[in-house]
This record gives sequence, structure tokens and C-alpha cells, in this order.
Amino acid sequence: MARLSPDNVTLALEIIGRYPRPKSALIPLLHLAQEQDGHLTDDAMAHIAELVGVTPAEVLGTASFYEMFKMEPVGRYVVNICTNIACQLLGGEELLEHAEHRLGVRPGQTTPDGLFTVEDVECIAACTEAPCLQVNYRYFHRITHDEFDQLVDDLAAGRRDDIPPHGTLARVRQHIPPERRAGCVLPEDTATPVWIASASTEEAEA
Amino acid sequence: MAITDAPKIITSRLGYDDSHTINRYVATGGYQALRKALTMSPAAVAEQVKAASLLGRGGAGFPAGVKWGLAPADVWPRYLVVNGDESEPGTYKDRILMERDPHQLIEGVLLACYAIGAGQAFLYVRGEMALAQERIAEALNDAYQAGYVGKGILGTDYSIDVVLTWGAGAYIVGEETALIESLEGNRGMPRLKPPFFPAAKGLYMQPTIVNNVETLSNLPWIVANGGEAFAALGAEGSKGTRMFAVSGHVRNPGVFEVEYGVTTFRDLIYAPVYAGGIRGDHQLKAFIPGGGSAPWFFEEHLDLPLEKVTVDKAGSMLGSGAIVVMDDTTDAVKACLRLVRFYARESCGKCTPCREGTTWLERILQRILDGHGRPSDLELLLDVSDNISPGLTWPPKQTTICPLGPSATAPIASALGRFRDEFEARITVAEQARTSVPVELKAPSHA
Amino acid sequence: MPEPEAPAADGVVVEINGREVVARKGELLIDAAERAGTYIPRFCYHERMRPVGMCRMCLVEVDTGRGPALQPSCMIECSPGMKVDTESEVTKKAQDGVLEFLLINHPLDCPVCDKGGECPLQDQTMAYGPGESRFVEEKRHKEKPIPISDLVLLDRERCILCDRCTRFAKEVAGDPLIHFIHRGNDTEVNTFPDEPFASYFSGNTVQICPVGALTASTYRFKARPWDLETTESTCQQCSVGCRISIDSSRDQVQRYAGVDIDPVNWGWLCDKGRFSHESVTAEARLGEPLVRQGDELVPTRWADALGRAADALRGASSPEAIGVIGGARLTNEDAYAWAKLAKGVLGTDNVDAQLGDGLPAEVVLGLPRATIDQVCEPGGTVVLLGPDVKEELPVLFLRLRHAVVSDGVTLVEVSPRTTGLTGLAAASLQPRPGEAGELVRALVAGSDAERDVAGLPAEAVNAARRLLAGSRGPLTVVLGRPSVAESATAVVDAATALLAARPDTTFLPALRRANVHGALDMGLAPGLLPGRVGLDEGRDCFAGSWPSVPASRGLDTEGILRAAADGHIDVLVLLGADPLADFPDHDLAERALAGARAVIAVETLPNASTRRADVVLAAAGFAEKAGTTTNLEGRVSSLSQRVTPPGTARADWMLAAELAARLGADLGVLDAEEILAEIGRVAPSHLGLDLAVVAGSPDGVLVPLGQPEAGPSSSGDAPEGQRGAAADAAAVRSDAADDTTTEEAEAAAAAAAEGAATAEAQAGAADGAAAGGDDAVPDEPLSAPRPELVAFVAGAPGSAPPLDAYAFRLVATRKLYDQGTTVQASAHLAGLAPGTAARVHPADADRLGVSAGERVVLRSARMSITVPVELDPGVPRGAVALVTNQRDVRVGDLIAVDGPVTELRIETAS
Ligand SMILES: Cc1cc2nc3c(=O)[nH]c(=O)nc-3n(C[C@H](O)[C@H](O)[C@H](O)COP(=O)(O)O)c2cc1C
Ligand code: SF4
Ligand code: FES
Repeated sequence: MARLSPDNVTLALEIIGRYPRPKSALIPLLHLAQEQDGHLTDDAMAHIAELVGVTPAEVLGTASFYEMFKMEPVGRYVVNICTNIACQLLGGEELLEHAEHRLGVRPGQTTPDGLFTVEDVECIAACTEAPCLQVNYRYFHRITHDEFDQLVDDLAAGRRDDIPPHGTLARVRQHIPPERRAGCVLPEDTATPVWIASASTEEAEA
Repeated sequence: MAITDAPKIITSRLGYDDSHTINRYVATGGYQALRKALTMSPAAVAEQVKAASLLGRGGAGFPAGVKWGLAPADVWPRYLVVNGDESEPGTYKDRILMERDPHQLIEGVLLACYAIGAGQAFLYVRGEMALAQERIAEALNDAYQAGYVGKGILGTDYSIDVVLTWGAGAYIVGEETALIESLEGNRGMPRLKPPFFPAAKGLYMQPTIVNNVETLSNLPWIVANGGEAFAALGAEGSKGTRMFAVSGHVRNPGVFEVEYGVTTFRDLIYAPVYAGGIRGDHQLKAFIPGGGSAPWFFEEHLDLPLEKVTVDKAGSMLGSGAIVVMDDTTDAVKACLRLVRFYARESCGKCTPCREGTTWLERILQRILDGHGRPSDLELLLDVSDNISPGLTWPPKQTTICPLGPSATAPIASALGRFRDEFEARITVAEQARTSVPVELKAPSHA
Repeated sequence: MPEPEAPAADGVVVEINGREVVARKGELLIDAAERAGTYIPRFCYHERMRPVGMCRMCLVEVDTGRGPALQPSCMIECSPGMKVDTESEVTKKAQDGVLEFLLINHPLDCPVCDKGGECPLQDQTMAYGPGESRFVEEKRHKEKPIPISDLVLLDRERCILCDRCTRFAKEVAGDPLIHFIHRGNDTEVNTFPDEPFASYFSGNTVQICPVGALTASTYRFKARPWDLETTESTCQQCSVGCRISIDSSRDQVQRYAGVDIDPVNWGWLCDKGRFSHESVTAEARLGEPLVRQGDELVPTRWADALGRAADALRGASSPEAIGVIGGARLTNEDAYAWAKLAKGVLGTDNVDAQLGDGLPAEVVLGLPRATIDQVCEPGGTVVLLGPDVKEELPVLFLRLRHAVVSDGVTLVEVSPRTTGLTGLAAASLQPRPGEAGELVRALVAGSDAERDVAGLPAEAVNAARRLLAGSRGPLTVVLGRPSVAESATAVVDAATALLAARPDTTFLPALRRANVHGALDMGLAPGLLPGRVGLDEGRDCFAGSWPSVPASRGLDTEGILRAAADGHIDVLVLLGADPLADFPDHDLAERALAGARAVIAVETLPNASTRRADVVLAAAGFAEKAGTTTNLEGRVSSLSQRVTPPGTARADWMLAAELAARLGADLGVLDAEEILAEIGRVAPSHLGLDLAVVAGSPDGVLVPLGQPEAGPSSSGDAPEGQRGAAADAAAVRSDAADDTTTEEAEAAAAAAAEGAATAEAQAGAADGAAAGGDDAVPDEPLSAPRPELVAFVAGAPGSAPPLDAYAFRLVATRKLYDQGTTVQASAHLAGLAPGTAARVHPADADRLGVSAGERVVLRSARMSITVPVELDPGVPRGAVALVTNQRDVRVGDLIAVDGPVTELRIETAS
């Protein structure tokens, strides 16, 4: 199991079709697989390898380079606490420590109930809002220890339906309507773009 | 103080709650620049951007108009890649633009592609930015529907697909050649320049222009108002306005769009309309003027204008417009370690000096912090740094392919250069501990 | 490999350490410096792969006018006026720094590392490395060697992440099954879980690994470099003839490594070649002669064995009652000695080095010839019409792969099923078995086909036809027998059509087995004498040195086996041949061995056929004797002795000489060198060849002598005369005269013959010149004028019987690993033979109602076998593909060699 579902294969094919080379769709497809299973299974990676025409080793090579891809199951909520410089200066490390205490896990670990994974992460581009964190890549700015506890309680109690389970990134997908689609431009398509060509003919005429 | 009343060029819509919607965008003059451009020749559009002297906002500060001109003539297809991977420590501005004004970015992309003749555009958004991805997806879907993007844009023969794509967590992918590798589905490992300058050999080995989100977001204003109007703002070498994020130990951390090249660090850090000064009654200890990779500045640099050439000459950079302020409570060793650790964790692993050296530096620093430092460690830190970035000069020389490895040496050179006593104090404590009964580690005193 | 001379014409002048150096245009600094005598240290750079500039060891200070800056010399092309300092303080510090970085996490377990003593990292460290480590932290730890395949082990602690193995796997072999995974300081090389590095070329990664991270399971802890003695030789596992080095210690072969020669293997080997060294030292090796005692073969003394063999030969009722099969295992010298014995002393022409699975000798020797380089010439077009190159000629596959991927070569494949190259082919057509000739005629026709051809839709055929029509320059063709279940007729027919339509077409024969070419060149084929001449044409040349020459053409292997089966053969000599395993028609081989009155086998390892022999003569094998061999291009290169043969086994030529002596004749040879000299005196295609010539040509010597060595620009536009003896061979003779195709062929023949005349005139001069210097001048010139070399005989279009709705045609192919004796005698290779199943097109399976895994009965006119079915869209409809010589399934049972194709029915097993 854990190959891509038929619906996801349909989506995958649509995504692949947007890129001049199928392999370019690799990262988006890995996200799709992670959205499906919460983490990347070997079967899903092998399936994606088939879809884009590379070996599973190449898929793993790419996937394992990026830290958002999890090769092992993680919690329903991945809590990324930034401890990089701006957050460090304003209590990011203390917030992390608090989170470790509150949830009883070390960074990289998952609570026994499978709800939370805590991570000590690098700068997440919210520096002026330190200390900050993300839950499944949704931001929480200038967060106090109390607010953290409240957030955890809410999540555990299922009171935060604005935060989808781990793996789901954007809930809106790009969709290019077929009739509006300009089409992929392959490296082999060496023709001058029409608007450039017509501009230069106009110029020549003028 | 030089706080000017320059217009807000790229943050003009941020006051609206619905700034990200197509309705608000169109209602506030959106897509007018595109209409205008389509009545102009591509070359004329490029000319406006050149006249604006718009410097790239991604870090290197290379003039956008000049970069566009570097694509070899008559080699097709070309691609445009938008760098939305914002990850440099301290940097927070592209995310704001992507989440809160995605149409402005899309219009910028359309203008750039029109001018350079790109056949397809890829908008690469940092993986961790779920909301930005959502907002851009929504904006693109709307813009396609409305006929601004896709086939036969606004009834002309200009057609282009703008593809939203995104990463999965790797700082190095912000480096343009690594970004291209990532976009090809590979590990994000940089390519050597030369020969792989993207403008000549980029995505799929075709000419490719890589521009930062903020850079492109300026284009609608430039095309609408003319390059001259843009160039009328700012200083000689730094035109227009620019976003700066001021974070750390300030009263009012925030992201401010200010006139480029005129406003000073002191203005930005101390003026009440901006960051409002150091918090509490603390004193400034140091500040990073342009993101984690930049050498640190101190008190004596406060009156420098936020101007590229001036700051470069003073031995650092404005980089990605990220100013991180540290007050006198800051532990220089800790801050230094935190930055070095970042580069060690984010090294792609391609170059030996970066892969091995940055980790080594991190471990030495961690050891010093943990009370196991040795007197020889400080020279070792500098010598290992020197083997990554020979001479520890600015701009850095490198034994590596890209500047990431050398970036790890900047905080070391800065912190050790200015606060050597703090490092020594930790080592002395460690030495005493080694030779006598254990001593409780004391926080270092701050000069 | 950087070569010593730089052409000055478009050279680039750079300054290296104050000295002016002329670099080639586009040359990398690291290579230019090395040619100029300045070696820049490196780990990731490998001259046969794209540079990546990862290790940073090769940093040097380069000044291109903007002041000196550190640059990786492996990535920087020389540009005019560039000033380079490889010895400056800055350079040294950078290099020392890199070395220190590489060592901080390296386990430094040199004393127990297989690479110890020949490790670039170790060498660099000794030469330049820092004395004491400043790294006091704990090193990276990873699980010690993990097997990444059956043949290769990976020790990730030792790995320095140079990207050589991973680049090789992707770029060269096209098997990206190992990859970098994780990032930064955690980066490692690994495979996907449960998907091993199962590549035919995996051993190359062991060879190019600059540290001991990748080791071969055949060599672990076997020897230390300083105990090894090394000799260069030529691999004898297939006819590509890769250049190798043989390492031995204590008189035992320990390993082979690839040697980089430009025209052939570029340093690469396939795993079968590389790891076949285990068969040299195999337990089963024959170390003494055997003779039959009832049901058993028992060891005996040489005098006894040779005596019995000589008695049998002497007792033959007529020369024609003697048949000799085999010779591909032999050196050229062995083959010559045996040809002289068989044809000159015994007087039989029933001699054939091929086993009914190749092309007629006249086709192999007579077609205008292409070298590997010519086939791979950038921008060219190649027709593949033969066996699966990846399975049978693996390093030729690597060369072709490179040609397509990097050099813009267009492949058009005509094969009865998809192959390892199909994915790279611009067009790949799978005609119905037996109908390749018809297809090729349509491909070279002047206009589009209007209906299906050979079972293929007209559009597909026409697309490929237009591709060929649009190709510039001469076509090259890799030509061989795609399937042993059909006769050679269709292939010869196809070659005829190609040559007729495009007279400048050249051919590279895809020969099966190592030195077949040398054996044919030495006359181990019916109707031929050494030196590529017919019996009549060559008679005069041999008058002086041979007792006699057979009066008329004898039988080929099929004919010999038929005669034996019919009781007309008194003595059957198997010269390193195993017809029971290799002759396509197993039943005929079986009956032949039963029908021959006496069987003499000359062998290194026992096999099915030797077990049926009356006398077995133990032969010295590879690495145990010196001599020369000839690859599929006709390239003669040296074979070296590195170890002594097992027991009392001796070289094949010696056995021939001994037998001759016992028959009262003197072969007149005392050692291999002398035989080669005799070949150089009498064999018309080899005139002037001797040991000095071979030894003086590290890349080997192309025969016929007088043919210019292939260069990147020499094939296409060389004037006709310069094409030398290749043009002789283009003198196409045609038997059939009345259809248009043959008329065209005749026109081609006339054109080619014209060129040949020019070549002829030059031959004398060219012989000496090409062979390289004074040594090349033959001591004793040929007594008669050089006769015309054997010419290609055009085939007539054959036709396969009509296919009825129930019949299938058999496709029988080979795999790299099989039940053959060398593979099975190589402990680490034996288990890799994959087995076989009946592969059918899914639509056919559907129609028959059989599913994957189900066992079916395949029934031919001859016999039936039961095998599981596998679905394979790469097999054309109406065909069944099987792999020969695999466990449990004897494909030869189905094949009767008398028809053009083998027809089958598929029945569900009850
Ligand atoms: C290590 C490294 C990280 C970088 N990260 C980013 C980034 O996150 N965003 C960005 O726009 N540019 C980044 N850059 C700069 C890009 O390489 C490139 O210069 C920029 O995208 C060009 O756009 P611009 O000319 O519009 O500034 C980075 C460069 C380096 C060396
Ligand atoms: S310097 Fe570091 S991040 Fe940059 S290419 Fe080299 S290893 Fe990768
Ligand atoms: S040999 Fe040049 S970087 Fe490795």
C-alpha cells in the first residue's frame, strides 16, 4: 500500500504536465505523497519514481535532501520552534525548552499519542515576530509560554480545524484551465517567442 | 536623521485586509502596468527597468536590468524563475509580499517575462510557507480566469504560463543555481559559476533569469510610473525604496519600506516611526546589517546610510535587508554559535571545506559554550575559518563553490574580533574546571 | 588520459608556474597541467566523467587578469593568458586545508583497508598531510561495510563523497541505483532500501573510488598492493576485448582492473569480465589430461592422452572424417597452430570456430568494417541489428550509450525484442522473427511503405525510414545474430540491402565469444586460410610453410554436427567448445556427440561436452599464457602470462604441436612469439605483424594492416583510397542477379572495388607504415603477390513461413550471466544468472488466457518444454522470448536449425 491513490495519480499527472521535464515535478509529488500518508513511504517514493521516470534511489536522493520530507511517521502536528538568531535573542530557545517539558519529548521526537512532533528549526521568516513557531507550517507569532500551552490544548482537543494534519501544505491548488493554458515550453522549443518576434518585425517595418 | 516621505512602492496595499484578492488589487490600480506594457515593445519595458537602476533584492544586489541583458541574444527558450525561498536568518519581507500582495508579484512576473521573452515562469516558494502558497495559488487561479495570465494575455499575442512550485526545506535552495537544481527535481546543490551562470546556462541549461520576489514586486510601479520616477528616489548607487526587517532587541520590531540609500541604520533602529530604539534601558552591543551571512556592525556604524556601496566599503552588506539588533545582554559566543550552527546544518554537502569545516566550527564553539574549550581553540576557529574563506576578507574569498561556507566564518570573525574576551572567559573557566574542582559556569560579563 | 602532445594549431597558451604551456582548446586546466608535467592533486575529478568540482582538492591560484583567485582546476578551461600558480602559499594552504577536512571524519583504518597501499587519500596524506590531528571531536560513525550488491560493499565512514561512483552509475552506466542521500555533513552514498546496485558495471565504482569506501566482495582481505604483481592484458569474456590489468600474488590471480585505452574501453569493464578472475583459480580447473575408462574420465599422463588422441586422428578414415569445432577461447597463435594442424597436416577443412550462432565467416570478414570509434562518431547514425549489446558486449554498450547521451549519435534499432539500448534509440523496431531483412529493405527504400512490414505498422517503419534517409555521412551498423532461434539469413539479407542502398555503410560485427575474430582470421572456418583468404586464393602463400592445403571447402559447425550425427565423423575435436550448451539445436548436438566415433576436447574447465569426450587435454587458460587476441573490430592486442597454469595444463598451440609431432609432422613452432612472426609472414591480412609491432601499440593494431586507425574525423570524409583494406572487403560479390536489390548491390560492389584498387596500390607501403616503424617490415616478404582478401557474399532475400493464428515464433537471446562455464566457475557471479521465463506480449497472453507466473508448455516441431509465463510488452506479438543457457530450461530443445525460424505453440500446462 501507500502508493499514490488514483485521485492523487490524476493530480500527479496534471502537475507533471506543467513542467518541461517530468522530474521537475518531483518535489511537488513528494508533497502530495506526504499529504496522503503523513510521511513518505518507500512505496510512494517508488511509485513517484515510476511516474517521473527515474529510479527510486534518485527519488530518495532528492527527498532526503529536504528536511520537510519525513521518512518515518511523525505526529499529526509538527511543531517547529525557531531558535535562529532573531528568535534566540527573544527567547526562542526557552520556548523550545518549555515545549519539550510540556510535551515530554526532545526535538525530533513524537509524543506517544502520536499527536505532536517537536522540532528545533532554522529561521522561518518571521524574525520581527519572535519568538515564533509553526504548526504544520502555519505561523504563530510572538508566542508566550502560556499561549503555547493553550495552543497545544486546543490542538489536542481538536479545536483548531484551521490546521490540517501534517503533510497538507496549501489547501488551494493551482489549476490552469485548459482553455487558458499557454503550455509548457520545452528546452527543445527554440522558436523566438511570438511577441518578441512580432515586436522586432514591427521595429523593422518602422 | 533622514526619514523621508518617499511613497510606499511595494507595501502600498498592506493596510487592506483583503490586499491579497484580485478585486482589491484591480481596484487599487493593479494590472494597469501590464496593460501599459502590452502597448510597448518588450525592449521598451526592459529599458524602463534599466532606467530605474533597480538593484536585486535577493542578497547580491545586482542590477535587474543589467542581469536581463546578460541572457545571450537569440537563444530560446528562456525561463524566468522567481526566488521566493526566503530563508536567510533575519530576513522577513518576501513572505509578506507573497502572502499579502500576490497579484503585485504576479504582475511583476508577467512584466519581466514580457520584457525578456521568457517562455515559461516558475514561481518557487519556500516549502514552509503554506499560506504564501495558498495565496499565490488562489491569485494565479483568479488571474488565469481574468485573462491576465496564460494564453493570449488581455487579447494580445503574449502567452505565458506561470507555474507555482515550491520547495521542501533547504536554505541553500535560495542560492540561484541550487534553486534551479531543485526545480529540476534534484538535490539543491549549487552549480559552479562560471560556467553555469543562469543567465546563460540555467534551467535545463537554457538562459534563465532568477529574480527575487521583492525585486519583481517593484516592476508594476516602475512600469506604471516610469523608470525615471523610481530612479529619482534614493541615493546614487541605491535607487527607489526598499524593505528592511528590523528584529531582535528593539522596542518595535517590524518590516519597513524606506527610501533606499538615504535612511541610516540609526534612523531605522532608533526612530519612533521605525524600530523605536533598543528595548528597556539596554545599550546596543552589535547589529547584523544584512542577514546572517553579513559581518556584524557596531555602534560606530550607526550613521551609515542604508546604501549598498557604502555598506560594502564598510566591510559588510545590506544583503537581504535583514537587520538583527543585539543589546548588551547578548552572549556573543551563543549568538555566534547559533549562526554558525545554521550554516553547518544548511550546508548542502557538496564542497569539502563547507561540509566538514562548518560542522567542525560548530562543534568547537559548542564545546567552548559547554565549558570544554581549550586555549588553542580560538586560533583553531580562525584557521579553520581561513581554510573555508582564505584571508577572512570582505567580500569573502572562498575555497567553496558558493558563499554558504564562507558565510559561516563571518560571525566568527566578527564575534571573535570584537568580543574575544567573552570567548576567553569561557575557556578560562573551562581550564580551571579541568585543573580543579568543578566550578559553576558563570554568565560572561558584558563590556 | 591526457596525452603527451598538444596540437599547436588551435592551442591556448597559458602560464603554469612561470612556464608557458600550450593547452588544447577547451582543455581543463587540471589536464593541461598534467600534460605539462605538473600534477594537481584531485579526488573527484575523473577524466572520463563530467567534472563536478566537489572535493576542492584541485584548487590552485588562477589569474585571468583580475588578480589571483583560487579556482578548481578540474572545472576551469584554459583561456589565453591565464596565469596559474600551483605552488603558491595560498594554493598550498587551501589544498592542505581540504585534505585536513577530508581526514577529520575519516576512520584512518588503513591497516585493515583493502585500499591501503594504493589509496590516493593515503598517498596525499603522506605527501602533504598535517602531522597531528587538530580534530578532537568524535568522528562520524556509520555501520561498517554494508553490501550494496552481490559484488560491492560500501563503507560509508571511509567515503569522501567525491561523487565518482554515483556519477559513474548515472552518467556512464545509466543505472542510477546508488545516490547521495541526506544532506550536508550527513550526506552519504546509498541505495534505495531493498533495491541493490544491481548494475552490470558496478565493479567500475570499486576501481574509481579514490578511497576504500567501495570494495569488491571478491577481493576483500585477499591481498595487499605491495604483494601484487601486475601485467596488462586483454579481457577474454567477450569480443569487445577491453584492456585490463591482471594482479596476482603468490602465483594466484587476485583481481582485474580496467586499463584506459582510447579506442576501446576507456578504462571501464563489465562485472562479468572484471570478476571472472575467479574462474582462473576455480577448484574445477583441469590440471591434467583425462581419458575415458568406461563411463569415467580418469587422469592420465600426457604421453598417454596425446598418444590416444593422435591414434584417433591417425585412425580417421579420411581427412573429411575429422571435424574441429571451436577456437574462440584460443589466442591467435593457438588458433593458427590448430589451423595449421587441422588444415595443413590432417588435411580437413571441416573446421569452424563459431557454434552456429554467428554470421558466416565471409560476412564477418568480408563486410566493410567500422571501428568502435567510427560507430560512436559524434553526430553519426548507427543501425543496431544484432543481439542485445548490453547483455553480450557490455562495454560496447557503454560506448554506444555515451555516443547517444553525450555525442548526439542517433540509434535505429532493429531487434526481435527490446534491448538494453531501446530506451536510447531514436527508433526501435521489433520485426517478427525472421523478417528483419524485409524490414530493413523497407527502411532503406526510396519511398514510404504503404502497409505493415514484418508485423510493424507502416507509420513506425516510415518514421524510422525518414530518420535514416535524413542522416548525414555514412551509416554504421552493428551486425550480429539477434536470436539463435532463427537462421542468419535475414541478417545477411538485411546487410545486403543496407550496402546496396548506402554503399558507404560500414559494419561492426557483434561477435559472440572472445576471440572468434582471431580464430576466423587464423583460418578456423571452412573454406578459409589464415589471413582472411579463401583456400584457392591463399594456396600459394602457404605452399612454402604448410605441408598441404585442403582441396575443397569443408563443413561448418552445423554441417560437422550433422555429419557426426549421421556417423560420418570419426574424430570430433572440441577446441574450447561446448556444443551441448551453445549450439542452438540441442538435439542435433546431442546426436552428433553420440555419433562421433571419438571426441577429443581441449579445455580449461569441464563442461557438458567434455564429459562426453574420450580424451580431454587440459589447456592453459587466460593469464596463464602469452599471445595475442583480436577483438570484434579486428584489433590485435596482447595477452600476457601472469601466473602458471594449474597442474600440467599447457597452451593450446603446444598441444597442436605435440599432436602434429606424434603424427609425424613438424608445425615448426617453438613459442608463441615465433608463431606470431610466422603469421606476419604468411597471413595476407596480417603481413608485417610481429610481437614488436603489437608491443609497440598500446591501443592494439587493426588488421588488415594498412587500414588507418579510426580517428574522430577519419571515417566520414576520408578519401576512398585511405579507407585501405576496408575497401577491399567492400568488393561485394553477388550470386543472384535478377532482382533490383541485387543490381544495386552490384553497382555498390563496382564502386567499392574501384576504391579497393587504390587501396591495393597503397597496401605495400601502408602495411609497414601503419604497423609502426622498422620492425614492421616483414622479414620474408610473401612469396606470392598478396591475394585478394575474402569478400562479402550478398545474401538473397529469404522468407519465413507464413504465420498461422496459433503459431508463435521463438526469440532466443542471451543474458550476461548464464550457466556458461566461466560464469559458473566464478563464485561471485554464478548466482547472478537470472533464469528464464516465456516472455509474451500482454495482448497475446490475454488472447491465450494465460497470466503472469502461469506455467505453459511450449511445443515446437522438435520437442516441448514447460516454463512460467511473463508478460513483456517489449516482445512483439506473435513471438515468445526465452533466454538461453539458464537453469532448468533448455531452450535448445525447441530449436531445429534447418528452418529460418523456430515455430511454437503455447499450451496451458495441465
Ligand atoms: C546561500 C545563499 C542563499 C540565498 N538565498 C536567497 C533567498 O532566500 N532568496 C533570494 O531571493 N535570494 C537568495 N540568494 C541570492 C540568489 O542567489 C540570487 O542572487 C537572487 O535570487 C537573485 O535575485 P535578485 O537579483 O532579484 O536579487 C541566496 C544566495 C546564496 C549564496
Ligand atoms: S559552499 Fe556549502 S552550501 Fe555552497 S555549494 Fe559548497 S557545500 Fe554546498
Ligand atoms: S578534483 Fe577538482 S574539485 Fe575535486
